[in-house]
Amino acid sequence: MLYDALGPRARRRVTVWSVLALVLVVGLVVVAVRRLIDNGQFEAEKWSPFVDEPLVLQILLEGLRATLQAAAYGIVFALVVGTLLGVGRLSTHRWISWPCTAVIEWFRALPLLLVMFFFFLGVPALTGINVEPLWSVVFGLTLYNGAVIAEIVRAGVLALPRGQREAAHSIGLRDGQVMRLVLLPQAFRIMLPVLISQLVVLLKDSTLGFIIGYRDLLELSGTIHRNLDNPLQVYFVVAVLFILVNSLLSWVAHRVESRQRRKFGTRARIDDVESALGGGVGGTPVIATTPTPVGAGSAGGRT
Amino acid sequence: MEAVIQNSELIRVGFWLTIKLFLIAGGGALAIGLVLAGMRVSPVPPLRWFATSYVHVVRNTPLTLVLLTANFGLPEIGIVFDFFTFAVIGLMLYTAAFVTEAVRSGINAVPVGQAEAARSIGLTFGQTLQLVVLPQALRTVVPPLASVMIALLKNTSVASAIGVGQMMQQMSTIAVRNPADVIEVLIVFALIYAALALMLSAGFRVVERRLAVAR
Repeated sequence: MLYDALGPRARRRVTVWSVLALVLVVGLVVVAVRRLIDNGQFEAEKWSPFVDEPLVLQILLEGLRATLQAAAYGIVFALVVGTLLGVGRLSTHRWISWPCTAVIEWFRALPLLLVMFFFFLGVPALTGINVEPLWSVVFGLTLYNGAVIAEIVRAGVLALPRGQREAAHSIGLRDGQVMRLVLLPQAFRIMLPVLISQLVVLLKDSTLGFIIGYRDLLELSGTIHRNLDNPLQVYFVVAVLFILVNSLLSWVAHRVESRQRRKFGTRARIDDVESALGGGVGGTPVIATTPTPVGAGSAGGRT
Repeated sequence: MEAVIQNSELIRVGFWLTIKLFLIAGGGALAIGLVLAGMRVSPVPPLRWFATSYVHVVRNTPLTLVLLTANFGLPEIGIVFDFFTFAVIGLMLYTAAFVTEAVRSGINAVPVGQAEAARSIGLTFGQTLQLVVLPQALRTVVPPLASVMIALLKNTSVASAIGVGQMMQQMSTIAVRNPADVIEVLIVFALIYAALALMLSAGFRVVERRLAVAR
Protein backbone atom coordinates (compact mmCIF):
# COMPACT_ATOMS: atom_id res chain seq x y z
CA MET A 1 0.00 0.00 0.00
CA LEU A 2 1.34 3.37 -0.98
CA TYR A 3 -1.13 5.20 1.24
CA ASP A 4 -2.40 4.94 4.82
CA ALA A 5 -5.94 4.55 6.01
CA LEU A 6 -7.40 7.90 5.02
CA GLY A 7 -7.92 10.65 7.57
CA PRO A 8 -10.63 13.32 7.26
CA ARG A 9 -8.56 15.66 5.08
CA ALA A 10 -7.21 12.95 2.85
CA ARG A 11 -10.71 11.54 2.46
CA ARG A 12 -11.92 14.93 1.27
CA ARG A 13 -9.05 15.19 -1.18
CA VAL A 14 -9.63 11.70 -2.50
CA THR A 15 -13.34 12.47 -2.91
CA VAL A 16 -12.52 15.55 -4.97
CA TRP A 17 -10.13 13.54 -7.15
CA SER A 18 -12.64 10.72 -7.46
CA VAL A 19 -15.32 13.10 -8.68
CA LEU A 20 -12.88 14.66 -11.15
CA ALA A 21 -11.77 11.27 -12.41
CA LEU A 22 -15.34 10.03 -12.72
CA VAL A 23 -16.34 13.16 -14.62
CA LEU A 24 -13.41 12.62 -16.96
CA VAL A 25 -14.16 8.93 -17.54
CA VAL A 26 -17.88 9.56 -17.96
CA GLY A 27 -17.05 12.44 -20.29
CA LEU A 28 -14.88 10.16 -22.43
CA VAL A 29 -17.62 7.55 -22.54
CA VAL A 30 -20.19 10.19 -23.51
CA VAL A 31 -17.94 11.50 -26.31
CA ALA A 32 -17.39 7.94 -27.56
CA VAL A 33 -21.07 7.08 -27.42
CA ARG A 34 -22.02 10.34 -29.16
CA ARG A 35 -19.52 9.54 -31.86
CA LEU A 36 -20.96 6.03 -32.22
CA ILE A 37 -24.52 7.37 -32.41
CA ASP A 38 -23.58 10.08 -34.91
CA ASN A 39 -22.11 7.41 -37.14
CA GLY A 40 -25.13 5.17 -36.77
CA GLN A 41 -23.32 2.41 -34.90
CA PHE A 42 -26.22 1.71 -32.56
CA GLU A 43 -28.74 1.24 -35.33
CA ALA A 44 -30.67 -1.98 -34.98
CA GLU A 45 -29.64 -3.32 -38.37
CA LYS A 46 -25.99 -3.41 -37.27
CA TRP A 47 -26.74 -5.46 -34.18
CA SER A 48 -29.85 -7.48 -34.97
CA PRO A 49 -28.13 -10.06 -37.23
CA PHE A 50 -26.47 -11.52 -34.12
CA VAL A 51 -29.93 -12.40 -32.81
CA ASP A 52 -32.08 -12.74 -35.93
CA GLU A 53 -29.77 -14.48 -38.36
CA PRO A 54 -28.98 -18.02 -37.30
CA LEU A 55 -26.38 -18.12 -40.04
CA VAL A 56 -24.29 -15.34 -38.46
CA LEU A 57 -24.23 -17.10 -35.12
CA GLN A 58 -23.47 -20.37 -36.84
CA ILE A 59 -20.49 -18.86 -38.67
CA LEU A 60 -19.18 -17.25 -35.48
CA LEU A 61 -19.46 -20.54 -33.59
CA GLU A 62 -17.74 -22.36 -36.45
CA GLY A 63 -14.91 -19.80 -36.24
CA LEU A 64 -14.67 -20.19 -32.48
CA ARG A 65 -14.53 -23.96 -32.93
CA ALA A 66 -11.73 -23.66 -35.49
CA THR A 67 -9.75 -21.28 -33.26
CA LEU A 68 -10.19 -23.48 -30.20
CA GLN A 69 -9.28 -26.55 -32.25
CA ALA A 70 -5.96 -25.02 -33.37
CA ALA A 71 -5.30 -23.85 -29.82
CA ALA A 72 -6.15 -27.26 -28.34
CA TYR A 73 -3.77 -29.12 -30.67
CA GLY A 74 -1.18 -26.43 -29.96
CA ILE A 75 -1.59 -26.82 -26.19
CA VAL A 76 -1.20 -30.59 -26.25
CA PHE A 77 1.80 -30.62 -28.60
CA ALA A 78 3.47 -27.62 -26.95
CA LEU A 79 3.20 -29.25 -23.53
CA VAL A 80 4.80 -32.45 -24.81
CA VAL A 81 7.52 -30.67 -26.81
CA GLY A 82 8.11 -28.18 -24.01
CA THR A 83 8.52 -30.85 -21.37
CA LEU A 84 10.91 -32.84 -23.55
CA LEU A 85 12.99 -29.77 -24.41
CA GLY A 86 13.02 -28.53 -20.82
CA VAL A 87 14.11 -31.88 -19.45
CA GLY A 88 16.61 -32.18 -22.30
CA ARG A 89 18.17 -28.87 -21.43
CA LEU A 90 18.61 -30.05 -17.84
CA SER A 91 20.27 -33.26 -18.97
CA THR A 92 23.79 -33.92 -17.74
CA HIS A 93 24.78 -35.14 -21.20
CA ARG A 94 26.07 -32.22 -23.22
CA TRP A 95 25.10 -33.77 -26.52
CA ILE A 96 21.49 -33.65 -25.33
CA SER A 97 21.46 -30.39 -23.42
CA TRP A 98 23.24 -28.24 -26.02
CA PRO A 99 20.95 -28.95 -28.97
CA CYS A 100 17.92 -28.47 -26.70
CA THR A 101 19.29 -25.13 -25.49
CA ALA A 102 19.93 -24.03 -29.07
CA VAL A 103 16.41 -24.96 -30.20
CA ILE A 104 14.83 -23.20 -27.21
CA GLU A 105 16.78 -19.97 -27.62
CA TRP A 106 16.30 -19.90 -31.39
CA PHE A 107 12.53 -20.26 -31.35
CA ARG A 108 12.07 -17.87 -28.47
CA ALA A 109 13.85 -15.13 -30.42
CA LEU A 110 11.64 -15.47 -33.53
CA PRO A 111 8.25 -13.92 -34.16
CA LEU A 112 5.64 -16.68 -34.09
CA LEU A 113 4.24 -15.48 -37.40
CA LEU A 114 7.59 -16.19 -39.06
CA VAL A 115 7.57 -19.75 -37.72
CA MET A 116 4.06 -20.23 -39.13
CA PHE A 117 5.24 -18.85 -42.48
CA PHE A 118 8.07 -21.35 -42.40
CA PHE A 119 5.59 -24.22 -42.33
CA PHE A 120 3.16 -22.57 -44.71
CA LEU A 121 5.64 -21.41 -47.38
CA GLY A 122 9.00 -22.90 -46.51
CA VAL A 123 8.19 -26.58 -46.05
CA PRO A 124 6.28 -26.87 -49.37
CA ALA A 125 9.15 -25.13 -51.18
CA LEU A 126 11.70 -27.41 -49.57
CA THR A 127 9.95 -30.76 -49.70
CA GLY A 128 7.02 -30.30 -52.04
CA ILE A 129 4.66 -31.39 -49.27
CA ASN A 130 1.85 -28.92 -48.73
CA VAL A 131 1.11 -28.09 -45.12
CA GLU A 132 -2.52 -27.17 -44.51
CA PRO A 133 -3.10 -23.83 -42.80
CA LEU A 134 -4.40 -25.58 -39.67
CA TRP A 135 -1.20 -27.56 -39.27
CA SER A 136 1.00 -24.58 -40.08
CA VAL A 137 -0.70 -22.79 -37.20
CA VAL A 138 -0.46 -25.80 -34.89
CA PHE A 139 3.21 -26.52 -35.63
CA GLY A 140 4.09 -22.83 -35.26
CA LEU A 141 2.29 -22.65 -31.92
CA THR A 142 3.96 -25.90 -30.86
CA LEU A 143 7.53 -24.85 -31.58
CA TYR A 144 7.25 -21.30 -30.26
CA ASN A 145 5.28 -22.09 -27.12
CA GLY A 146 7.15 -25.34 -26.64
CA ALA A 147 10.34 -23.30 -26.31
CA VAL A 148 8.70 -20.99 -23.78
CA ILE A 149 7.17 -23.90 -21.83
CA ALA A 150 10.56 -25.64 -21.83
CA GLU A 151 11.94 -22.67 -19.92
CA ILE A 152 9.01 -22.78 -17.50
CA VAL A 153 9.61 -26.50 -16.90
CA ARG A 154 13.31 -25.93 -16.38
CA ALA A 155 12.65 -23.09 -13.96
CA GLY A 156 10.10 -25.23 -12.10
CA VAL A 157 12.59 -28.07 -11.68
CA LEU A 158 15.36 -25.70 -10.61
CA ALA A 159 13.06 -24.10 -8.05
CA LEU A 160 12.69 -27.40 -6.17
CA PRO A 161 14.77 -27.84 -3.02
CA ARG A 162 18.08 -29.50 -3.86
CA GLY A 163 17.38 -32.20 -1.26
CA GLN A 164 14.69 -33.77 -3.44
CA ARG A 165 17.14 -34.72 -6.15
CA GLU A 166 19.78 -35.80 -3.67
CA ALA A 167 17.36 -37.96 -1.68
CA ALA A 168 16.08 -39.58 -4.88
CA HIS A 169 19.63 -40.35 -5.99
CA SER A 170 20.55 -41.70 -2.58
CA ILE A 171 17.85 -44.37 -2.69
CA GLY A 172 19.38 -45.55 -5.94
CA LEU A 173 17.16 -44.04 -8.63
CA ARG A 174 18.76 -43.35 -12.00
CA ASP A 175 18.83 -39.87 -13.55
CA GLY A 176 15.78 -40.53 -15.70
CA GLN A 177 13.82 -41.97 -12.81
CA VAL A 178 14.72 -39.05 -10.56
CA MET A 179 13.36 -36.65 -13.16
CA ARG A 180 10.26 -38.66 -14.02
CA LEU A 181 9.21 -39.89 -10.59
CA VAL A 182 10.40 -37.21 -8.20
CA LEU A 183 11.22 -33.86 -9.81
CA LEU A 184 8.71 -33.42 -12.65
CA PRO A 185 5.55 -34.18 -10.62
CA GLN A 186 6.52 -31.59 -8.03
CA ALA A 187 7.73 -29.10 -10.61
CA PHE A 188 4.45 -29.25 -12.52
CA ARG A 189 2.57 -28.49 -9.35
CA ILE A 190 4.67 -25.38 -8.71
CA MET A 191 4.53 -24.06 -12.23
CA LEU A 192 0.86 -24.72 -12.98
CA PRO A 193 -0.24 -21.05 -12.66
CA VAL A 194 2.60 -19.76 -14.87
CA LEU A 195 1.88 -22.57 -17.30
CA ILE A 196 -1.79 -21.69 -17.55
CA SER A 197 -1.00 -18.04 -18.18
CA GLN A 198 1.24 -19.17 -21.04
CA LEU A 199 -1.69 -21.16 -22.38
CA VAL A 200 -3.74 -17.95 -22.42
CA VAL A 201 -0.96 -16.44 -24.54
CA LEU A 202 -1.07 -19.48 -26.80
CA LEU A 203 -4.82 -19.15 -27.27
CA LYS A 204 -4.43 -15.49 -28.19
CA ASP A 205 -1.58 -16.31 -30.55
CA SER A 206 -3.62 -18.96 -32.34
CA THR A 207 -5.55 -16.08 -33.96
CA LEU A 208 -2.49 -15.35 -36.09
CA GLY A 209 -3.75 -18.19 -38.26
CA PHE A 210 -6.02 -15.97 -40.31
CA ILE A 211 -2.96 -14.24 -41.77
CA ILE A 212 -1.95 -17.45 -43.52
CA GLY A 213 -5.53 -18.16 -44.50
CA TYR A 214 -6.74 -20.46 -41.73
CA ARG A 215 -10.52 -20.07 -41.50
CA ASP A 216 -10.62 -19.20 -37.81
CA LEU A 217 -12.76 -16.83 -35.77
CA LEU A 218 -11.04 -13.69 -37.11
CA GLU A 219 -11.12 -14.81 -40.74
CA LEU A 220 -14.82 -15.66 -40.55
CA SER A 221 -15.71 -12.49 -38.66
CA GLY A 222 -14.05 -10.64 -41.54
CA THR A 223 -16.42 -12.46 -43.91
CA ILE A 224 -19.39 -11.47 -41.77
CA HIS A 225 -18.57 -7.78 -41.48
CA ARG A 226 -17.76 -7.45 -45.16
CA ASN A 227 -21.27 -8.72 -45.88
CA LEU A 228 -23.16 -6.87 -43.16
CA ASP A 229 -20.95 -3.75 -43.04
CA ASN A 230 -20.65 -3.80 -39.25
CA PRO A 231 -16.97 -4.38 -38.32
CA LEU A 232 -17.18 -2.63 -34.94
CA GLN A 233 -20.10 -4.79 -33.82
CA VAL A 234 -18.57 -8.05 -35.05
CA TYR A 235 -15.19 -7.36 -33.44
CA PHE A 236 -16.93 -6.30 -30.24
CA VAL A 237 -18.70 -9.66 -30.06
CA VAL A 238 -15.45 -11.51 -30.87
CA ALA A 239 -13.57 -9.57 -28.20
CA VAL A 240 -16.22 -10.48 -25.63
CA LEU A 241 -15.85 -14.14 -26.61
CA PHE A 242 -12.09 -14.02 -26.15
CA ILE A 243 -12.27 -12.17 -22.85
CA LEU A 244 -14.75 -14.76 -21.55
CA VAL A 245 -12.64 -17.76 -22.58
CA ASN A 246 -9.39 -16.24 -21.33
CA SER A 247 -10.91 -15.02 -18.07
CA LEU A 248 -12.13 -18.58 -17.55
CA LEU A 249 -8.57 -19.87 -17.98
CA SER A 250 -7.16 -17.17 -15.68
CA TRP A 251 -9.83 -18.00 -13.14
CA VAL A 252 -8.83 -21.66 -13.26
CA ALA A 253 -5.21 -20.59 -12.70
CA HIS A 254 -6.28 -18.56 -9.71
CA ARG A 255 -8.32 -21.43 -8.27
CA VAL A 256 -5.50 -23.90 -8.73
CA GLU A 257 -3.12 -21.54 -7.04
CA SER A 258 -5.26 -20.94 -3.97
CA ARG A 259 -5.96 -24.68 -3.71
CA GLN A 260 -2.22 -25.30 -3.68
CA ARG A 261 -1.82 -22.77 -0.94
CA ARG A 262 -4.49 -24.43 1.19
CA LYS A 263 -3.13 -27.88 0.55
CA PHE A 264 0.52 -27.22 1.16
CA GLY A 265 0.35 -24.51 3.75
CA THR A 266 2.60 -22.13 1.83
CA ARG A 267 1.83 -20.31 -1.38
CA ALA A 268 2.85 -22.22 -4.44
CA ARG A 269 6.23 -20.74 -5.04
CA ILE A 270 5.46 -18.92 -8.23
CA ASP A 271 7.89 -16.20 -7.30
CA ASP A 272 10.65 -18.79 -7.18
CA VAL A 273 9.67 -20.04 -10.60
CA GLU A 274 9.55 -16.54 -11.97
CA SER A 275 12.88 -15.48 -10.55
CA ALA A 276 14.43 -18.72 -11.76
CA LEU A 277 13.06 -17.91 -15.20
CA GLY A 278 15.57 -15.09 -15.40
CA GLY A 279 18.00 -16.88 -17.72
CA GLY A 280 16.47 -16.71 -21.17
CA VAL A 281 17.59 -14.91 -24.30
CA GLY A 282 20.29 -12.62 -23.02
CA GLY A 283 19.12 -12.94 -19.44
CA THR A 284 15.62 -11.66 -19.98
CA PRO A 285 12.96 -13.61 -18.12
CA VAL A 286 10.55 -15.74 -20.08
CA ILE A 287 7.79 -13.74 -18.48
CA ALA A 288 8.50 -11.58 -21.46
CA THR A 289 6.25 -13.71 -23.47
CA THR A 290 4.44 -15.05 -20.43
CA PRO A 291 2.68 -12.24 -18.66
CA THR A 292 1.36 -13.66 -15.41
CA PRO A 293 -2.38 -14.18 -15.46
CA VAL A 294 -4.61 -11.66 -13.83
CA GLY A 295 -5.07 -14.12 -11.03
CA ALA A 296 -1.44 -14.80 -10.28
CA GLY A 297 -0.56 -11.11 -10.12
CA SER A 298 -2.86 -10.45 -7.24
CA ALA A 299 -1.63 -13.45 -5.28
CA GLY A 300 1.56 -11.86 -4.07
CA GLY A 301 0.69 -8.26 -4.79
CA ARG A 302 -0.17 -5.76 -2.18
CA THR A 303 -1.81 -3.02 -4.16
CA MET B 1 20.85 -15.75 -52.24
CA GLU B 2 19.68 -14.17 -55.48
CA ALA B 3 16.19 -13.40 -54.28
CA VAL B 4 17.56 -11.74 -51.17
CA ILE B 5 20.08 -9.62 -53.08
CA GLN B 6 17.61 -8.61 -55.77
CA ASN B 7 15.16 -7.48 -53.15
CA SER B 8 17.60 -5.83 -50.79
CA GLU B 9 15.89 -2.50 -51.39
CA LEU B 10 12.51 -3.92 -50.31
CA ILE B 11 14.10 -5.53 -47.27
CA ARG B 12 15.81 -2.28 -46.31
CA VAL B 13 12.55 -0.34 -46.46
CA GLY B 14 10.78 -2.99 -44.38
CA PHE B 15 13.60 -3.07 -41.86
CA TRP B 16 13.44 0.68 -41.21
CA LEU B 17 9.66 0.59 -40.97
CA THR B 18 9.98 -2.14 -38.33
CA ILE B 19 12.46 -0.04 -36.36
CA LYS B 20 10.28 3.06 -36.65
CA LEU B 21 7.16 1.16 -35.62
CA PHE B 22 9.01 -0.35 -32.67
CA LEU B 23 10.47 2.95 -31.43
CA ILE B 24 7.27 5.00 -31.66
CA ALA B 25 4.96 2.31 -30.28
CA GLY B 26 7.49 1.36 -27.58
CA GLY B 27 7.99 4.95 -26.42
CA GLY B 28 4.26 5.59 -26.33
CA ALA B 29 3.59 2.32 -24.51
CA LEU B 30 6.19 3.19 -21.86
CA ALA B 31 4.60 6.58 -21.21
CA ILE B 32 1.01 5.28 -21.12
CA GLY B 33 2.02 2.21 -19.07
CA LEU B 34 3.77 4.36 -16.46
CA VAL B 35 0.71 6.58 -16.03
CA LEU B 36 -1.63 3.56 -15.84
CA ALA B 37 0.65 1.90 -13.25
CA GLY B 38 0.46 5.07 -11.15
CA MET B 39 -3.32 4.98 -11.46
CA ARG B 40 -3.43 1.31 -10.43
CA VAL B 41 -1.77 1.99 -7.08
CA SER B 42 -3.41 5.37 -6.39
CA PRO B 43 -5.77 5.99 -3.47
CA VAL B 44 -8.45 7.30 -5.85
CA PRO B 45 -10.86 4.40 -6.54
CA PRO B 46 -12.14 5.41 -10.02
CA LEU B 47 -8.57 5.71 -11.33
CA ARG B 48 -7.77 2.29 -9.89
CA TRP B 49 -10.87 0.77 -11.46
CA PHE B 50 -10.14 2.27 -14.84
CA ALA B 51 -6.54 1.09 -14.97
CA THR B 52 -7.40 -2.37 -13.66
CA SER B 53 -10.17 -2.98 -16.14
CA TYR B 54 -8.06 -1.62 -19.00
CA VAL B 55 -5.28 -4.08 -18.22
CA HIS B 56 -7.73 -6.96 -17.78
CA VAL B 57 -9.47 -6.33 -21.10
CA VAL B 58 -6.31 -5.79 -23.15
CA ARG B 59 -4.48 -8.79 -21.67
CA ASN B 60 -7.28 -11.12 -22.62
CA THR B 61 -7.71 -9.76 -26.15
CA PRO B 62 -5.51 -10.98 -28.99
CA LEU B 63 -3.30 -8.33 -30.60
CA THR B 64 -4.66 -9.34 -33.99
CA LEU B 65 -8.15 -8.36 -32.86
CA VAL B 66 -6.91 -4.99 -31.55
CA LEU B 67 -5.20 -4.23 -34.85
CA LEU B 68 -8.19 -5.34 -36.93
CA THR B 69 -10.57 -3.25 -34.85
CA ALA B 70 -8.33 -0.21 -35.24
CA ASN B 71 -8.03 -0.78 -38.96
CA PHE B 72 -11.61 -1.64 -39.92
CA GLY B 73 -13.61 -0.37 -36.93
CA LEU B 74 -12.28 3.15 -36.35
CA PRO B 75 -12.96 4.36 -39.93
CA GLU B 76 -16.62 3.48 -39.29
CA ILE B 77 -16.83 6.25 -36.72
CA GLY B 78 -14.95 8.71 -38.86
CA ILE B 79 -11.43 8.15 -37.53
CA VAL B 80 -9.29 7.60 -40.62
CA PHE B 81 -5.52 7.26 -40.66
CA ASP B 82 -3.03 5.40 -42.80
CA PHE B 83 -2.06 1.81 -41.99
CA PHE B 84 1.14 2.80 -40.24
CA THR B 85 -0.63 5.09 -37.76
CA PHE B 86 -3.23 2.44 -37.01
CA ALA B 87 -0.46 -0.09 -36.40
CA VAL B 88 1.31 2.33 -34.05
CA ILE B 89 -1.91 3.02 -32.13
CA GLY B 90 -2.80 -0.67 -31.85
CA LEU B 91 0.66 -1.82 -30.77
CA MET B 92 1.01 1.08 -28.36
CA LEU B 93 -2.31 0.54 -26.58
CA TYR B 94 -1.72 -3.23 -26.47
CA THR B 95 1.84 -3.05 -25.13
CA ALA B 96 0.90 -0.37 -22.57
CA ALA B 97 -1.10 -2.95 -20.59
CA PHE B 98 1.94 -5.20 -20.25
CA VAL B 99 4.18 -2.27 -19.33
CA THR B 100 1.65 -1.41 -16.61
CA GLU B 101 1.87 -4.91 -15.15
CA ALA B 102 5.68 -4.86 -15.24
CA VAL B 103 5.86 -1.46 -13.52
CA ARG B 104 3.26 -2.46 -10.95
CA SER B 105 5.22 -5.58 -10.03
CA GLY B 106 8.25 -3.32 -9.61
CA ILE B 107 6.30 -0.95 -7.36
CA ASN B 108 5.19 -3.92 -5.28
CA ALA B 109 8.79 -5.07 -4.94
CA VAL B 110 9.86 -1.82 -3.22
CA PRO B 111 9.91 -2.47 0.54
CA VAL B 112 6.83 -1.06 2.30
CA GLY B 113 9.09 0.86 4.66
CA GLN B 114 10.16 3.17 1.82
CA ALA B 115 6.65 4.46 1.22
CA GLU B 116 5.96 4.61 4.97
CA ALA B 117 9.12 6.63 5.57
CA ALA B 118 8.19 8.96 2.70
CA ARG B 119 4.73 9.51 4.17
CA SER B 120 6.12 10.06 7.65
CA ILE B 121 8.17 13.01 6.46
CA GLY B 122 4.98 14.42 4.99
CA LEU B 123 5.22 13.66 1.27
CA THR B 124 1.93 13.40 -0.58
CA PHE B 125 0.98 10.34 -2.65
CA GLY B 126 2.23 11.95 -5.86
CA GLN B 127 5.53 12.91 -4.29
CA THR B 128 5.96 9.49 -2.67
CA LEU B 129 5.45 7.81 -6.02
CA GLN B 130 7.60 10.19 -8.05
CA LEU B 131 10.49 10.82 -5.70
CA VAL B 132 10.78 7.66 -3.63
CA VAL B 133 8.99 4.60 -4.98
CA LEU B 134 9.20 4.86 -8.78
CA PRO B 135 12.97 5.54 -8.97
CA GLN B 136 13.58 2.39 -6.96
CA ALA B 137 10.88 0.41 -8.74
CA LEU B 138 12.25 1.21 -12.20
CA ARG B 139 15.48 -0.55 -11.32
CA THR B 140 13.86 -3.89 -10.61
CA VAL B 141 11.55 -3.40 -13.55
CA VAL B 142 14.26 -3.40 -16.24
CA PRO B 143 14.33 -7.19 -16.89
CA PRO B 144 10.53 -7.63 -17.23
CA LEU B 145 10.36 -4.42 -19.30
CA ALA B 146 13.05 -5.81 -21.58
CA SER B 147 10.85 -8.85 -22.10
CA VAL B 148 7.83 -6.69 -22.91
CA MET B 149 9.88 -4.71 -25.42
CA ILE B 150 11.23 -7.84 -27.11
CA ALA B 151 7.66 -9.11 -27.35
CA LEU B 152 6.74 -5.78 -28.96
CA LEU B 153 9.56 -6.16 -31.48
CA LYS B 154 8.23 -9.58 -32.43
CA ASN B 155 4.67 -8.25 -32.46
CA THR B 156 5.55 -5.66 -35.10
CA SER B 157 5.45 -8.63 -37.48
CA VAL B 158 1.74 -8.98 -36.73
CA ALA B 159 1.20 -5.44 -37.94
CA SER B 160 1.80 -6.77 -41.43
CA ALA B 161 -1.60 -8.41 -41.03
CA ILE B 162 -3.20 -5.02 -41.44
CA GLY B 163 -0.93 -4.07 -44.28
CA VAL B 164 1.92 -1.93 -43.07
CA GLY B 165 4.64 -2.24 -45.68
CA GLN B 166 6.84 -3.74 -43.05
CA MET B 167 9.31 -6.58 -42.85
CA MET B 168 6.92 -9.55 -42.69
CA GLN B 169 4.83 -8.03 -45.45
CA GLN B 170 7.90 -7.60 -47.64
CA MET B 171 8.79 -11.17 -46.89
CA SER B 172 5.55 -12.62 -48.17
CA THR B 173 5.77 -10.41 -51.24
CA ILE B 174 9.24 -11.67 -52.03
CA ALA B 175 8.41 -15.25 -51.12
CA VAL B 176 5.35 -15.34 -53.36
CA ARG B 177 7.26 -13.82 -56.28
CA ASN B 178 10.15 -16.29 -56.00
CA PRO B 179 8.76 -19.54 -54.65
CA ALA B 180 12.08 -21.31 -55.17
CA ASP B 181 13.94 -18.91 -52.91
CA VAL B 182 11.43 -19.04 -50.09
CA ILE B 183 13.78 -20.81 -47.71
CA GLU B 184 16.59 -18.26 -48.14
CA VAL B 185 14.20 -15.39 -47.63
CA LEU B 186 12.73 -17.00 -44.51
CA ILE B 187 16.17 -17.64 -43.05
CA VAL B 188 17.39 -14.12 -43.73
CA PHE B 189 14.33 -12.67 -42.02
CA ALA B 190 14.66 -15.06 -39.09
CA LEU B 191 18.28 -13.99 -38.66
CA ILE B 192 17.36 -10.30 -38.80
CA TYR B 193 14.65 -10.69 -36.14
CA ALA B 194 16.87 -12.85 -33.92
CA ALA B 195 19.75 -10.36 -34.23
CA LEU B 196 17.45 -7.45 -33.32
CA ALA B 197 16.07 -9.35 -30.31
CA LEU B 198 19.56 -10.24 -29.09
CA MET B 199 20.77 -6.66 -29.52
CA LEU B 200 17.77 -5.37 -27.63
CA SER B 201 18.25 -7.73 -24.70
CA ALA B 202 21.99 -6.93 -24.61
CA GLY B 203 21.10 -3.23 -24.51
CA PHE B 204 18.69 -3.76 -21.65
CA ARG B 205 21.33 -5.72 -19.74
CA VAL B 206 23.67 -2.75 -19.99
CA VAL B 207 20.90 -0.48 -18.66
CA GLU B 208 20.27 -2.95 -15.85
CA ARG B 209 23.93 -2.97 -14.84
CA ARG B 210 24.13 0.84 -14.98
CA LEU B 211 21.09 1.22 -12.74
CA ALA B 212 22.04 -1.50 -10.28
CA VAL B 213 23.10 -0.24 -6.87
CA ALA B 214 24.73 -2.17 -4.10
CA ARG B 215 22.19 -2.76 -1.36
